[in-house]
Amino acid sequence: MHASLGARALAVSLLVLALFLAAWHVATQGTGPTQVMDPEYAKLMGATATTGKSAMPGPLDVGATIWQHLKRPFYDNGPNDKGLGIQLAYSIGRVALGYLLAVVVAIPLGFLIGMSPLMSRALDPFIQILKPVSPLAWMPLALYTIKDSGLSAIFVIFICSLWPMLVNTAFGVASVRSEWLNVARTLEVGPLRRAFTVILPAAAPTIVTGMRISVGIAWLVIVAAEMLVGGTGIGYFVWNEWNNLSITNVIVAILVIGVVGMILDQALARLGRLVTFPE
Amino acid sequence: MTDPVISIEGIAKRYGAKGHPASGGASTTIFENLWLKVNRGEFVCVIGHSGCGKTTILNILAGLDRPSEGVVLVEGRELAGPGLDRAVIFQGHALLPWRTVLGNVAYAVSSRWRRAPKAEVEERARRAIAAVGLAGAEHKRPAELSGGMKQRVGIARALAIEPKMLLMDEPFSALDALTRGTLQEEARRICRDTGQTVYMITHDVDEAIYLADRIVLMTNGPGARIAEIVINPLAADRSRSGLHHDPAYYSLRNHLMDFLVARSSAFREAPPDGYDPRHPPIVTLHHSQSGALRAMT
Repeated sequence: MHASLGARALAVSLLVLALFLAAWHVATQGTGPTQVMDPEYAKLMGATATTGKSAMPGPLDVGATIWQHLKRPFYDNGPNDKGLGIQLAYSIGRVALGYLLAVVVAIPLGFLIGMSPLMSRALDPFIQILKPVSPLAWMPLALYTIKDSGLSAIFVIFICSLWPMLVNTAFGVASVRSEWLNVARTLEVGPLRRAFTVILPAAAPTIVTGMRISVGIAWLVIVAAEMLVGGTGIGYFVWNEWNNLSITNVIVAILVIGVVGMILDQALARLGRLVTFPE
Repeated sequence: MTDPVISIEGIAKRYGAKGHPASGGASTTIFENLWLKVNRGEFVCVIGHSGCGKTTILNILAGLDRPSEGVVLVEGRELAGPGLDRAVIFQGHALLPWRTVLGNVAYAVSSRWRRAPKAEVEERARRAIAAVGLAGAEHKRPAELSGGMKQRVGIARALAIEPKMLLMDEPFSALDALTRGTLQEEARRICRDTGQTVYMITHDVDEAIYLADRIVLMTNGPGARIAEIVINPLAADRSRSGLHHDPAYYSLRNHLMDFLVARSSAFREAPPDGYDPRHPPIVTLHHSQSGALRAMT
């Protein structure tokens, strides 16, 4: 009997997960009382010294903490103690704003660059120089000019989302098959209608690929940006919990960041499938 | 012969040395001093080797390219650019792959009649699709169609805008022999039924013999010319399957093959005496004779 590839892959995945969790559990397990000591002294020394237990939380601790967060995702006990749901909402909100701003700028600009060889050549040096700059390098400049840490984080997301979308849109528009453009020309289709009925659908798969790369980068950058600007967001949460020495919450945050990143990527992948056409 | 839809008047196409006619040397002349009239309801095929500028001429007629010299008149007016009065059937079918069959044809229809209501656009598109025998496939995408079906959609799209003239750039060359034959028959039937004026490029001699009323022979490039225009002597109601039984068929075919094999290159070095590019010789073949009988007009 041969199960399908998907079922077998799932079985292997579960096995890897089980092995990992078991190893993790064993590695962080205490070794029992290490030495006899005075109870008062033992209280001062903590679990690491008395039972050999690692300060690294085990999978059960992390699981329990995840359960706590899932039960109360939106509590707000003041600036340094907010639910994971609220922190995530701040981060997603910043990414959404910066990213949409980048879409609004990159796609029309990419159309211009893609359609005009002159603009393509004229703007290329700027793009080539600005594209490899780490978005966080913009942060001081943003803080100085915008004078608002929240808006600066959004600006950093904007600037890091811009380049992949811009470059891909320009490439997609420039490489629309000339025969499709000739069809539009022989049908006397005006420039605006041509842009929307021929160039946009033809370039859409390339544009959406750029959007997918951008959303991935934006989600990578938001954590670092929020560590710098502080206040709210999942990046701030990670840094705050590190300062609280709550490794459990840091691990929970890593998982949550991963899951949200995957959802964003899959959403764009789905959009990509919608606009892809078989030839 | 007095009602030209298109009149090509002394056109040339040169590359290089653009705008510097005096610079000399670098300019390549693809073709020059070309004169041709295509009359209403006529099927004209152009035959010539690759590189003689056949496709460039078609693109100029479509308005997609401009001649370096000379003008093209469409019903007496100078051609200024692409237009809906001329429909192009592209070699690579050029369907928009993200649209269905109906969507592709409707796109052309709605470009032709911008203010037409949606129902009328769809009605016209469906009629054109049915005319090429694709009724029932309206909602398929080009990727789901065979090569022959795609080219049928290309023909439907061209016919749907009711053009004054069809321009075909080797429309059947990418198809297998059986499909090509069927499509040639249908193209001939549709063009005859609707009195369509057609300008078609081909490198297939049999295709030209079956389809064309007049066959334009072009010499090799660079510096290509129209060597002569051959009047097709076969009966108007000829059938493709019976073509090779027609006594006139072989003398016509031999004449065309002789041209492609030998005369198309020899012509350039030594044009015949009295050759006037403005009035290239018109050749009528009489099938009662074994050889070609030339009749100059």
